[in-house]
Amino acid sequence: MSAPAATETLVRLTGVTKVYRMGDVEVQALRGVSLAIAQGGLTAIMGASGSGKSTLMNIVGCLDRPSAGRYELAGRDISGLSRAALAELRNRTLGFVFQSFNLLARTSAIENVELPLLYAGVPGRERRRRAVAALGRVGLADRLRHHPAQLSGGQQQRVALARALVMEPRLILADEPTGNLDSTTSAEVMALLQQLGDGGITVVLVTHESDIAAYAERVIVMRDGCVQSDHAQQPLRAPEPAAAAPAMLAPTTAVERPALAAPTGAAR
Amino acid sequence: MSLFQVFRVALRALVRNKLRSFLTTLGIIIGVGAVIAMVAIGEGAKARVQEAFASVGSNMLIVLPGATTQGGAMGGFGSLPTVTWEDLEAIQSELPSVRWAAPSLRSAGQLQSDEQNWSTQINGTTPEYFELRGWKIARGSGLSSSDVEAGTKVVVLGQTVVEKLYGNNADPLGQLVRIKSMLFQVIGVLEKKGQSPVGQDFDDAVFIPVSTYRSKIQGGLGNYIAGVVFVGAASAADVTRAQSEVTALLRERHRIQPGADDDFSIRNLTEMAGAMQQGTNTLTALLASIAAVSLLVGGIGIMNIMLVSVTERTREIGVRMAVGARPGHILAQFLVEALTLALLGGLIGVGLGLLTAARLASAFGWPMLVRPEIIALAVGFSALVGVGFGLYPAHKASRLDPITALRYE
Ligand SMILES: Nc1ncnc2c1ncn2[C@@H]1O[C@H](COP(=O)(O)OP(=O)(O)O)[C@@H](O)[C@H]1O
Ligand SMILES: [Mg+2]
Repeated sequence: MSAPAATETLVRLTGVTKVYRMGDVEVQALRGVSLAIAQGGLTAIMGASGSGKSTLMNIVGCLDRPSAGRYELAGRDISGLSRAALAELRNRTLGFVFQSFNLLARTSAIENVELPLLYAGVPGRERRRRAVAALGRVGLADRLRHHPAQLSGGQQQRVALARALVMEPRLILADEPTGNLDSTTSAEVMALLQQLGDGGITVVLVTHESDIAAYAERVIVMRDGCVQSDHAQQPLRAPEPAAAAPAMLAPTTAVERPALAAPTGAAR
Repeated sequence: MSLFQVFRVALRALVRNKLRSFLTTLGIIIGVGAVIAMVAIGEGAKARVQEAFASVGSNMLIVLPGATTQGGAMGGFGSLPTVTWEDLEAIQSELPSVRWAAPSLRSAGQLQSDEQNWSTQINGTTPEYFELRGWKIARGSGLSSSDVEAGTKVVVLGQTVVEKLYGNNADPLGQLVRIKSMLFQVIGVLEKKGQSPVGQDFDDAVFIPVSTYRSKIQGGLGNYIAGVVFVGAASAADVTRAQSEVTALLRERHRIQPGADDDFSIRNLTEMAGAMQQGTNTLTALLASIAAVSLLVGGIGIMNIMLVSVTERTREIGVRMAVGARPGHILAQFLVEALTLALLGGLIGVGLGLLTAARLASAFGWPMLVRPEIIALAVGFSALVGVGFGLYPAHKASRLDPITALRYE
């Protein structure tokens, strides 16, 4: 586990397939996907609608299990884990950003961000402190008490981002995070994601817009449940977001943190 | 995630839907309220019956001439006198468990004052009668032993008789009334006693010395008592013993062979009171179980709303699962929500039930009787209903697939 960050593999899929059965009809959403993603950096997954991007994200995000094949997260096979163990893994190692934000309605920004901490059993005062810090990192320090309905789309997505990073996960998964945003706010969100990637968090995002994929240093293209192409590129650098102070985005290097704790044995 | 946090999350969800939460708990509120009020009504009725029996006289036996049953039917008592004045004497003097014994000879008769007349019950008895029945004199004096010895023509009136002959609140002391065309002097008025458990008016009666009764009203049976004997036991605990002692004494005195039927019968009013109480207990249980059914209906209401709530909040559940809520967290959240609903309903129901009980108590003039264990039981039962009926929806929520939940529209 002392390998340098650049070479450590966080996500490793080997021959992963996913079959959905709806009565007699079988849908092959993934047909043998093998890929590895290292710790840190921004990876974009592209592809036509129905090509299996979301299915892949769900499996990588431990929300779903492969029908066949092997998925290792930080060197650990997750196929045998219970629902509770997967939940704990999502809580401590993963963060999610969704196209539709998925914030709890009529619940303040800070309470939304506190949610993962709540399930991690972090005590109240500490929870509050960390949630405030996370909202500060996404430039929403002045919107703590706002409810989703009182925030713009871009602000809501930044709250979601704060919620995704408040547990200091190793992997953030964003399924079309800019799908509901205009180009200006999209750029802001991408800047944040890019900085998180630079800071050592692995960020995987799904998009079908090439100007969003341009921010990534690696682009995987899916087609009919298979990886069609997979290439590295020189990422477009996003402009510094005005709201987020650079100090708040200080990199948290993944290698300095302990290896992924055994989900069931993790402290409670 | 602490229990406190679970409660907070649950409370927030309930507060968010105030009206719905209230309507959901309404079933429990009505159920618990009904249980409390119904049990209070039952208990009030019971107390009322007890009171009525207390006015009949406590620790009391009535010895009737004639056998209890003959081929299953009640023997017509009084038709064949078997108990003698010596028997009465013996009961009074020989039995340690007996404190008082008094004859009661009665017949219907007309009373005439100067202006009015009134048909009532004329009783011939002794001073002990009033003692053992616990009847007090409101005005004047009661019958005395010397009245009985001398056979004086004095009378003690019941309140109803006073009202009929002299009007409300009149003072008839010293007045002369005519009974069977003989003049009797009113020496006392009894306290108002109200109705017997079977609706007989205790106050519609007059009392004269038993000796006077025998010589002037209805004589002729010589040694036999043409009426009944009231026996007062020394204490409540002695009633049963008094009954067996009186039975043994009379059997011996009447020379009844072992195995042969008694030629008298004994009514145990304490036993009758017990039977009546059993009746009211059954009534209480019946009312309470009807009320409990409404509690059950309330529980189904909670289940219904919890199921709706789980469906409505599917996406929220998905989000919670995505950020790390384990199935146990989701289960606890919904279970606690159901429990909170039921408990809140239970507490409001207790308040409402107590109010209703108080209202009813004052309306019927009953004592307000709510036992704390009934309240505890009702609240505990509603909590049980909450958990019981919340379990299925909560389980359903906890088994949701996170992806399906997140996609739910
Ligand atoms: N829960 C499901 N049940 C049945 N079929 C599904 C389900 N989820 C996805 N699919 C199917 O799997 C395929 C891939 O879907 P998805 O991964 O959502 O594609 P993408 O995100 O690339 O648009 C599609 O054909 C879709 O219809
Ligand atoms: Mg998709």
